[in-house]
Amino acid sequence: MSADHKTTQLDAPLSETTRTVTLVTWKTVGVLLVVTVLYALLLIAVPHSGDTRFLLSQRSDFFQIPVIVVPAAPFAWACGAVMLAVTAVAVVLTARGRRTPLWLVVIYSLAGLAGFLAWAGAGSPRDLSIVGLLGGAVLWSVPFVYGALGGVIGERSGVVNIAIEAQLLGAAFTAAIVSSITNSAFAGLFAAVFAGALVALVLGLFAITYHVNQVIVGVVLNVLVVGLTSFLYSQVLVPSAETLNSTTRFASIPIPVLSDIPVLGPVLFDQPLPIYLMFIAVPTVWYTLNRTRWGLRLRAVGEHPKAADTVGIDVVRTRYNAVLVAGAVAGLGGAFYTTVYLSQFGENMTGGAGYIALAAVIFGKWDPIRSAFAGLLFGFASNLQNVLSVVGSPVPSQFMLMVPYVVTLLAVAGLVGRSRPPAASGEPYIKG
Amino acid sequence: MSAPESNTGPGPEPTSGQEGRLDPGTAEELEQERAREAGGAAVAPAADTESRLAKGLQQAMSSNWTVSAGAVLLAVLAGSIMIAFTDEEVKEASAYFFARPQDTLVALGQAIGGAYSALFRGSVVNVQAPDFVTAIRPLTETLSYATPLIAAGLGVALAFRAGLFNIGGQGQMLMAAAAAGWVGFGISGVPFPLHLLMAVVAGVAAGALWAGLAGLLKARTGAHEVIVTIMLNYVAFYLIAYLLATPGLLQAPGSSNPKTPPTPESAQLPPLLGERFNLTWGFVLAVLAVVGVWWLLNRSSVGFSYRAVGENPRAARVAGIDTGRATVSSMLVSGGLVGLAGVSQVLGGVTTGFSSDIDAGIGFDAITVALLGGSNPWGVLAAGILFGAFKAGGTTMQAAEGVPSDIVLVVQSLIVLFIAAPPLVRAIFRLPDPTRRRAPKKPKATRNRKEAAA
Repeated sequence: MSADHKTTQLDAPLSETTRTVTLVTWKTVGVLLVVTVLYALLLIAVPHSGDTRFLLSQRSDFFQIPVIVVPAAPFAWACGAVMLAVTAVAVVLTARGRRTPLWLVVIYSLAGLAGFLAWAGAGSPRDLSIVGLLGGAVLWSVPFVYGALGGVIGERSGVVNIAIEAQLLGAAFTAAIVSSITNSAFAGLFAAVFAGALVALVLGLFAITYHVNQVIVGVVLNVLVVGLTSFLYSQVLVPSAETLNSTTRFASIPIPVLSDIPVLGPVLFDQPLPIYLMFIAVPTVWYTLNRTRWGLRLRAVGEHPKAADTVGIDVVRTRYNAVLVAGAVAGLGGAFYTTVYLSQFGENMTGGAGYIALAAVIFGKWDPIRSAFAGLLFGFASNLQNVLSVVGSPVPSQFMLMVPYVVTLLAVAGLVGRSRPPAASGEPYIKG
Repeated sequence: MSAPESNTGPGPEPTSGQEGRLDPGTAEELEQERAREAGGAAVAPAADTESRLAKGLQQAMSSNWTVSAGAVLLAVLAGSIMIAFTDEEVKEASAYFFARPQDTLVALGQAIGGAYSALFRGSVVNVQAPDFVTAIRPLTETLSYATPLIAAGLGVALAFRAGLFNIGGQGQMLMAAAAAGWVGFGISGVPFPLHLLMAVVAGVAAGALWAGLAGLLKARTGAHEVIVTIMLNYVAFYLIAYLLATPGLLQAPGSSNPKTPPTPESAQLPPLLGERFNLTWGFVLAVLAVVGVWWLLNRSSVGFSYRAVGENPRAARVAGIDTGRATVSSMLVSGGLVGLAGVSQVLGGVTTGFSSDIDAGIGFDAITVALLGGSNPWGVLAAGILFGAFKAGGTTMQAAEGVPSDIVLVVQSLIVLFIAAPPLVRAIFRLPDPTRRRAPKKPKATRNRKEAAA
């Protein structure tokens, strides 16, 4: 009798504690609260009157949506109210030990963004182009997304790919030369793929064959490629800029019918080829990693190389394959700089995009689709300055530019939290 | 049946025995070894980076000098090839190579020899100098370029030892530079040593707080320090850009350029060897920091907790170490050291007023310095001086021979790569492989196998 009593007594608090530990986290609520308060403080500290004009259509659209004019201050406060409501719901949910669903966070973010834009564009005679905002975000996200995909593939196979920056830069450089010589953007794109894979081959040689610490190899390769490309740029490209450094770029290819859809059409379906490729690449990488034999082996090698070796998977070969594919994918992103964005190569033109891609990999928890969305977010951040400078920013532009990074910080701290990399990531495999 | 047998067998015995012979910090090392074992196979990758790093660099250090010399030789060779391919005279001479091959060879010798002798003249001793002071000036230039690299490299290295990857050097340097600069020209009427001290403390504190923020986020919410430090770089950059563009904050009065006023003399680091050299007391600060970090890591209990967390956070937690606290405090120290680099820039290197590129990429160079130095304070000192020499020499090379200083980046990074991969260098030069003679490798491998099997 008494023994029974004891066990039940022991059981109950035990299960209770496990539940609270695993399920309830107040971090999300905390971040939502902090952002809401910051938002309200912004509105109070720098009040704006006037209207904001949201431009949704382009002239070529299927049907026209008139410019939406909203009174900035009430609209911004309304958005704030939505944010507050979502926060309240999140508090209630968390108090009951339930998680805040993702769609609530999405609503919250959209409300915050809309309110912020309305506030930023208040009183400006110019229209705030939503198409420019989103289309630019997609365009700017190209190197981040490809780079992040390259990072994901590499790390899932157990090779930390810090050399994304080197792959992007090397690919941009090669694409510039090849595209200038051949007058073909396609040739440039192919060359970029090979350049990315070449950098990856060096990474693989040192990291896989010679067991050199992967972080060292990655960081050093980044420096090496900056040095090489800058040297060759000043010695070879600058003296004969017309023949070697004026590339043919990809033109936008509007997809019939789809590109006429208002807002979404120009954003998604009126873009150059590398961007369509990106739309295909993200699900393809996801499918390959998660639904094919090759992907299963790749992940096995990244999680537990010893076990993979035991069942007959060639660890070294699988890792080489993965690293080469990763480099090739990142190379596609590098081609963006010289075959889509600009028609010439510039010294160190990637400017740390590879490190941002690395952040996107971690932000996306080593999942191709999530990492791609993280890349898209950073693309949005990079593009925001262009849009806001057109509208004319009410607070110092530097603070507007800072916002995306602060939001990322808060999101990483509050929504993502502890992220777990593939178990054998960064670990050289020594057989025997 | 066989498992307990092998546990008491040759596994850990030789390792601990060997460490017992090594140094007075044996107890710590042993404890660390035990901590490592307690963690078993479930080691977090961040921690692994460090142990592999240590292993790889131990290998690199203990391997004979021939490998290092071979690595340098290979890198220099690669640099020579690059110079040869782009030199105009070599190109001209090689057009008639088969008619007069000696012309090509002479041109090659002149191009490559000229470049490397300029590199040497610019970084060690100027043999063409008329007097002694001018002759040794390059050496002092090397040391002054090395100063921020050593300080920032120490910061990154310390974070590495605690299992953290601090890519936020840029942001931390910018914050430190802003704080030190503001105390420098914003406060007047304070006499020399006190004013300098205030500026240094302000800068170091700003760098520490900026990195500590990343540590706090990591410890409290689990946010990955790589993302957080990168994002903080951007935040710092824009914050400084704002401060520099706003009159009354950091912008020089009466100017519309995003640039600060010059640092007043009372807040400048005084020259170390007299007015004729650029070398300041900042170098002494950096060397003191090396000693300090060495003491902290190898002789203090705080440093021990850093290393334990870096090696294996789970084991450290089991052993009663507050890992969160270690994360925050190691980031604080790391940021303070990187901040020192920013301070030495503003109060020593660039005293005529600075803009938002005051960090000069040192935050990223510091990662390479830390890696080359094996995350070991003395190694960082040596690596920092080497990189300083390359920076100083590269400038001279560009000015004297027209060879872009970018080539220095290539040679530098190739040296690090080759030094990190002794088997490759040995294979290229057909050197004998000394690993067979070295005992400690084997037991380690056995233990790993056991862990993986368990």
